[in-house]
Amino acid sequence: MLSRTAENLFWMARHIERAENTARVLDVAHRTSLLPLDIEGSEAYLWYAPLNITGCAISYEVKHGLARADMVTHYMALDAENPASIYNCLWLARENARAVRGAITSEMWEVINDTWLEFSRLPQQLDYEKLQDFFDWVKNRSHLFRGVTLGTILKDVGLSFIKLGTFLERADNTARILDVKYHILLPSVHDVGGAADYYQWGSLLKSVSAFEAYRKIYRDVISPRRVSELLILRDDMPRSLHACMNEVEAALIDINGTSGQEARRLAGEQHAALHFGRIEDAFDQGLHEYLTDFLKNTALLGKEIRNAYLSRHDTILS
Amino acid sequence: MLNKYFNEMYADNGTVREIYEFYNRWLKALPDGTLERRNAEAELLFRRLGITFAVYGDNNSTERLIPFDIVPRIFGAAEWRRLELGLKQRVRALNAFLHDIYHEQEIIKAGVMNAHQILDNAMYRPEMRGIDLPNQVYAHIAGIDLVRVAENDFYVLEDNLRTPSGVSYMLENRKTMMRLFPELFVNHTIEPVEHYPQMLLDTLREAAPPNVSYPVIVVMTPGAYNSAYFEHAFLASQMGVELVEGQDMFVHQKKVYMHTTEGPQQVHVIYRRVDDDFIDPRVFRADSGLGVPGLMEAYCSGNVALANGVGTGVADDKSTYLFVPEMIRFYLDEEPLLSNVPTWRLSEADDLKYVLAHLPELVIKEVQGSGGYGMLVGPTSSKAEIEAYKQRILSDPAKFIAQPTLALSACPTLVESGVAPRHVDLRPFVLSGKEIRLVSGGLTRVALTEGSLVVNSSQGGGTKDTWVLEG
Repeated sequence: MLSRTAENLFWMARHIERAENTARVLDVAHRTSLLPLDIEGSEAYLWYAPLNITGCAISYEVKHGLARADMVTHYMALDAENPASIYNCLWLARENARAVRGAITSEMWEVINDTWLEFSRLPQQLDYEKLQDFFDWVKNRSHLFRGVTLGTILKDVGLSFIKLGTFLERADNTARILDVKYHILLPSVHDVGGAADYYQWGSLLKSVSAFEAYRKIYRDVISPRRVSELLILRDDMPRSLHACMNEVEAALIDINGTSGQEARRLAGEQHAALHFGRIEDAFDQGLHEYLTDFLKNTALLGKEIRNAYLSRHDTILS
Repeated sequence: MLNKYFNEMYADNGTVREIYEFYNRWLKALPDGTLERRNAEAELLFRRLGITFAVYGDNNSTERLIPFDIVPRIFGAAEWRRLELGLKQRVRALNAFLHDIYHEQEIIKAGVMNAHQILDNAMYRPEMRGIDLPNQVYAHIAGIDLVRVAENDFYVLEDNLRTPSGVSYMLENRKTMMRLFPELFVNHTIEPVEHYPQMLLDTLREAAPPNVSYPVIVVMTPGAYNSAYFEHAFLASQMGVELVEGQDMFVHQKKVYMHTTEGPQQVHVIYRRVDDDFIDPRVFRADSGLGVPGLMEAYCSGNVALANGVGTGVADDKSTYLFVPEMIRFYLDEEPLLSNVPTWRLSEADDLKYVLAHLPELVIKEVQGSGGYGMLVGPTSSKAEIEAYKQRILSDPAKFIAQPTLALSACPTLVESGVAPRHVDLRPFVLSGKEIRLVSGGLTRVALTEGSLVVNSSQGGGTKDTWVLEG
């Protein structure tokens, strides 16, 4: 497969996944904002979280100052100036798809093109009452894209690059969501285990569609340790780090080829740590430190993948 | 305005021509509003599929749909066979001409054309002198623009031998028509066009360097922002080959490779949709980022084939066009089956004098222009426009040719007021490999504005499906 084609497939999938995750993050922020939170300046506090998860807190502050529900939502959903906004994710996904139209099925192209066309018809300001519909729409388009992809595309190396993009992005995002909950939303140790804490963990679970799974698996009160275990180590949980790295490693093995040894080694190492790891160890290290390490390794893996498959060197290696 | 033109559907006495009879019966039986409804459906379909094109110099709509008209343009089998023969003959002569001017130049020696006419043409590529191409084919893909002025009279308006486009519309139009009007296809035998990509693939395979048994073929595009990008991607996927950009390829020891996830892979045939000027910055335009440095060297060494070949522009130039009937006589020893439009060359003093005196009746074109840009249609232009154009002509007359305003035939077309005649032309696509092939049909372009003769998509023209009835 052409390196440029692989690159566009990889990023097309990442952008769609990122749009979905941003919608999930905003969704949970909105749900949480409906709960009473008894602290001074709680709005700014609460709405700082989604900005932090997506790494756009600083650029937001430069533009708008204090975090406010409507501003943050607009900035993350519709703002063309925010490179990580849903607007830009869907636009870039379509640009990626357009660049490799021959390498994706026409059904896939139709979904991506349609999504963009529908999105670009949205009003410039989202109605407060319609927000939930909007988040659901973004998630549904992403589900649709994945379904169409799996249902129509040839199972060759192209699909592997799509999976690679999807699951690398998803792993990155789940780790960020977990991390932010642990550090931003709990102003004092005193609040740990309180009612607010319970609801926040609950909405975090909902944001990654894991609330029902949690109930089913643990049949017990929501505890940070179990939530972390579920979202980090359980490989039957579709958005957990372990499940994502399963897919990443499998995709890299499918791609195979002469290059990419270092990428395969890194993925294998990361996968093994999740496969054999215990949640106690993560907590001993400190969950924040653990997740920071994970994000660092994921970024490194992304860089290796780029080097091995996606970049172009004008030489023949003899 | 033209009063007299050939109506494709109705004879002079108002009766429906035989080939349109079944369509007319079907149309008459259609409940009111059905055509309009299906038209709306078609538009939605095209937009969703993203069959768009870009218009140069139009910032607001970088992606626009070419209007698609749902009334087909119909040919009978017999008249199509005659056209087919004429087209094959013309393309055969054009390829023979290209081979000749880059080799022995017999046509100059015989005094049929003068050396200045060919060798001083900016599109003549001296780099191609003495280079042998497989099957002596230069223009593998030719788009020949035809207009009809009477029942049995077709004129060739233009030969497009560089990177002719539009074939994806021919294919998508057919797909759309079959989806919208399955009943018409069930009850009548319309010759298929869907195998065009397979024919193109066969043609490209035959263009490969002779010692390669399993050529790797690619389609080369200038990129996603090119106006015909949809078509490039479409053809690549229909043929099952990679769609590459210049940046995806490099040359090593006079061989062309593309970057793949498994390392470099050699490429043998490039169906390039990039103009000569941009394919190799080392030989042609140095500022081009679209090409591949060293590509010409690889090409001239015979390690890679380009379709179309380099240097075909000299043969589809409007000043060379005048000599095509002579080429047919010279190379094939046959009488031309398709006529040229009578043309005045403004480089000739007598022609210039006549043309300047008759500007309001004529169509003036730039010798090097394409796509309907920069032409003057006398009968529909204002006095001021004509005067302004006259000044342009006088500054360099040799840059222009003039032709009579042709009475383009008209075909029923769905417009706001209902179904009404609109002027059309036709671009069939002729493929040359070991043999010459074409599908039965082509791209019919239609001028949607009443009375307008400009069918170019960049100037607000639309397209139609073209049917050849089996007979």
